[in-house]
Amino acid sequence: MKQIVILFVFLSIIFIEKDYNILDINNFWLRIKIINIIFYKGVCMQSHAALEYDYSVAKLFTYTTILFGFLGMLIGTLIAAQLAFPELNYLMGEYGTFSRLRPLHTNIVIYGFTVSGVFATFYYSAQRVLKVSMAESRFLMFVGKLQFVLYVILALAMVASLLMGFSSSKEYAEMEWPLDILTVLVWVLWGVAMFGLIGMRREKSLYISLWYFIACFLGVAMLYLFNNMEVPTYFASGGLGSVMHSVSMYAGTNDALVQWWWGHNAVAFVFTVPIIAMIYYFLPKESGQAIYSYKLSLLSFWGLMFVYLWAGSHHLLWSTVPDWMQSMGSVFSVVLILPSWGSAINMLLTMKGEWNQLTENPLIKFMVLASTFYMLSTLEGPIQAIKSVNAIAHFTDWIPGHVHDGVLGWVAFMVMASLFHMAPRMYKREIYSKKLMEAQFWLQITAVVLYFTSMWIAGITQGMMWRAVDEYGNLMYSFIDTVAVLNPYYTIRALAGVLYLTGFLMFAYNMYKTMTASRKLEAEPQFRSPMA
Amino acid sequence: MFHWLEKNPFFFAVGVFVVIAFAGLIEILPNFAEASRPVVGLKPYTVLELAGKNIYKKDHCIACHSQLIRPFKAETDRYGQYSLSGEYAYDRPFLWGSKRTGPDLHRVGNYRTTDWHENHMWDPKSVVPQSIMPAYKHYFTNIADIETAYAEAVTVKKVFRTPYGDEFKPTKEAWEAHKPSVLAEAKAIVDDMKNKDVKEAVANGQIPEIVALIAYLNRLK
Repeated sequence: MKQIVILFVFLSIIFIEKDYNILDINNFWLRIKIINIIFYKGVCMQSHAALEYDYSVAKLFTYTTILFGFLGMLIGTLIAAQLAFPELNYLMGEYGTFSRLRPLHTNIVIYGFTVSGVFATFYYSAQRVLKVSMAESRFLMFVGKLQFVLYVILALAMVASLLMGFSSSKEYAEMEWPLDILTVLVWVLWGVAMFGLIGMRREKSLYISLWYFIACFLGVAMLYLFNNMEVPTYFASGGLGSVMHSVSMYAGTNDALVQWWWGHNAVAFVFTVPIIAMIYYFLPKESGQAIYSYKLSLLSFWGLMFVYLWAGSHHLLWSTVPDWMQSMGSVFSVVLILPSWGSAINMLLTMKGEWNQLTENPLIKFMVLASTFYMLSTLEGPIQAIKSVNAIAHFTDWIPGHVHDGVLGWVAFMVMASLFHMAPRMYKREIYSKKLMEAQFWLQITAVVLYFTSMWIAGITQGMMWRAVDEYGNLMYSFIDTVAVLNPYYTIRALAGVLYLTGFLMFAYNMYKTMTASRKLEAEPQFRSPMA
Repeated sequence: MFHWLEKNPFFFAVGVFVVIAFAGLIEILPNFAEASRPVVGLKPYTVLELAGKNIYKKDHCIACHSQLIRPFKAETDRYGQYSLSGEYAYDRPFLWGSKRTGPDLHRVGNYRTTDWHENHMWDPKSVVPQSIMPAYKHYFTNIADIETAYAEAVTVKKVFRTPYGDEFKPTKEAWEAHKPSVLAEAKAIVDDMKNKDVKEAVANGQIPEIVALIAYLNRLK
């Protein structure tokens, strides 16, 4: 196994280095091509002067992004506080316990906040990179709006059913079978809109963001279908019991494997792939810089597609899954650093020579920080996937810590930055307040740092205490000792939650004011978003 | 090739799909070919235990409790024999969990008793003073959904050939005929409990959630 890793690392480094050289010497035309794709509108303004993009669907999904973002983070903050102050479990009777609310938190931030953000940015950017307007096709407009309506119904049904306790108890796939069917419908409609727009396109080459949106669509579709295969007991038993109840098609270890194939790759195809789509579009647009390297984008895209799926079994290290699968998961997790860092480095190098923008434009700050957190969390993940590290880290708070430096620092930052960039173009008004944005940035950075540092310490402390033995080889601590010791860290984490939520409220207020009360713009801003 | 793909969305999508599906083929299929076989002596869950398992699912106990003992001395000392694949052969879905805010429960039936669970679910601090687990007092009044559990047993027998007896048939009559044995199992548990409301409910032919949950937890060995 070791040799395979070394070989992979070796080959990839050669590829990247070669890439740099070629680019410096004779790859100029590729850059021109990228510039053309991204800034086509600017270059060919006259020929397409009549093309007005239609943002009605993007706007609708913007509203749900903000709404579900607030709701999901509010519940997240509450359950974080419950671990530090258990009395908070009794606010809503049986519906308010940590156990009932935790899936609500994860589902709302994944399927409410993030997926809304993905749809909003897709309906905004796909028109632009394809050079077609949603208004050109009544059918696609209908599909987009229908998708939104069904999506809202689905999201509300999800919240209600999880609160009531209808859950298949597979993490991030808790929704019961009727909702699964609705999910498939929403997803298919998105696919129709996506390939419909692509079919009408004027720009022949698909821009990088679209690669990632297509991958998001296909990956989630495949994984979701397989993992949610279940038999409704009501129909199989001739009408006995609850209609909502179902049993998984897979049992035990098989089920675990399919579940984490899904679970890990939900992280890939919801929290990574479409967010990379966003940064590939919005960072060049906001900064006025072309993407640094086309070849690096190629390498990281196809690399990510190939490698990510293998890594799912790193969630099952030391379990009853066959050993060779665990090793595969471990090795490919380490290999995964390459395509992940490929994208992130491509983003950072896109800002080469333009770092002054970081001080002038808070939006650039959000995006650069997002890609930095992406690097941090894609390094941390592989470290946790090493078997010996995993033996300590698994089952501890280090794992939620890792997840949250990814989702708070990378996903949510990128989604908020994208919506900030879209707002002046969609509503034809400047961003309401730069100062508020700056304050939000620093508040949320503080929150993320407090969150992951406290969880790192908590996780490693608990992992070490579980295995600590005295001089005679007996366990040193009872389980409850290892819980009691975590109280200060849980308190810090709850505080971090409050800070991040406050930052999100500042974002929501800023967006609301931008939509309603900000100064109107005469023309669409070219690059940097205007802000007061 | 890549330039060509980027101009041909259909083939691009096919290419992406093949690349992402590849790992699943290699990693997942072999494991399915060799589906989980039960360890010797493993019995399917009784209807009451299934009802308890559904409460475990409904309230998302996996958010804080694992059911997977890893092969380390520290874990086998604390929880008992490490877990074997065949022990989960009737678990649909698997309930390993991914976080231990509370201890592992895979063999909790070996070292906790009915009355311990009764006290603990009513008020965790009464048995573990520093516990941060919430109390689940509503389990003592909410009635467990036994019919759905029976429907599940019938379903897995029919679809996955889980070895339940011939009396498990998908009809109302078969369910009515099976009811008394579930109640008898519940009564055996309630004999070790002290809560009056629970005793009264079972005497009236209804099974509160706590009884089903304890049946399930006692079964985890």
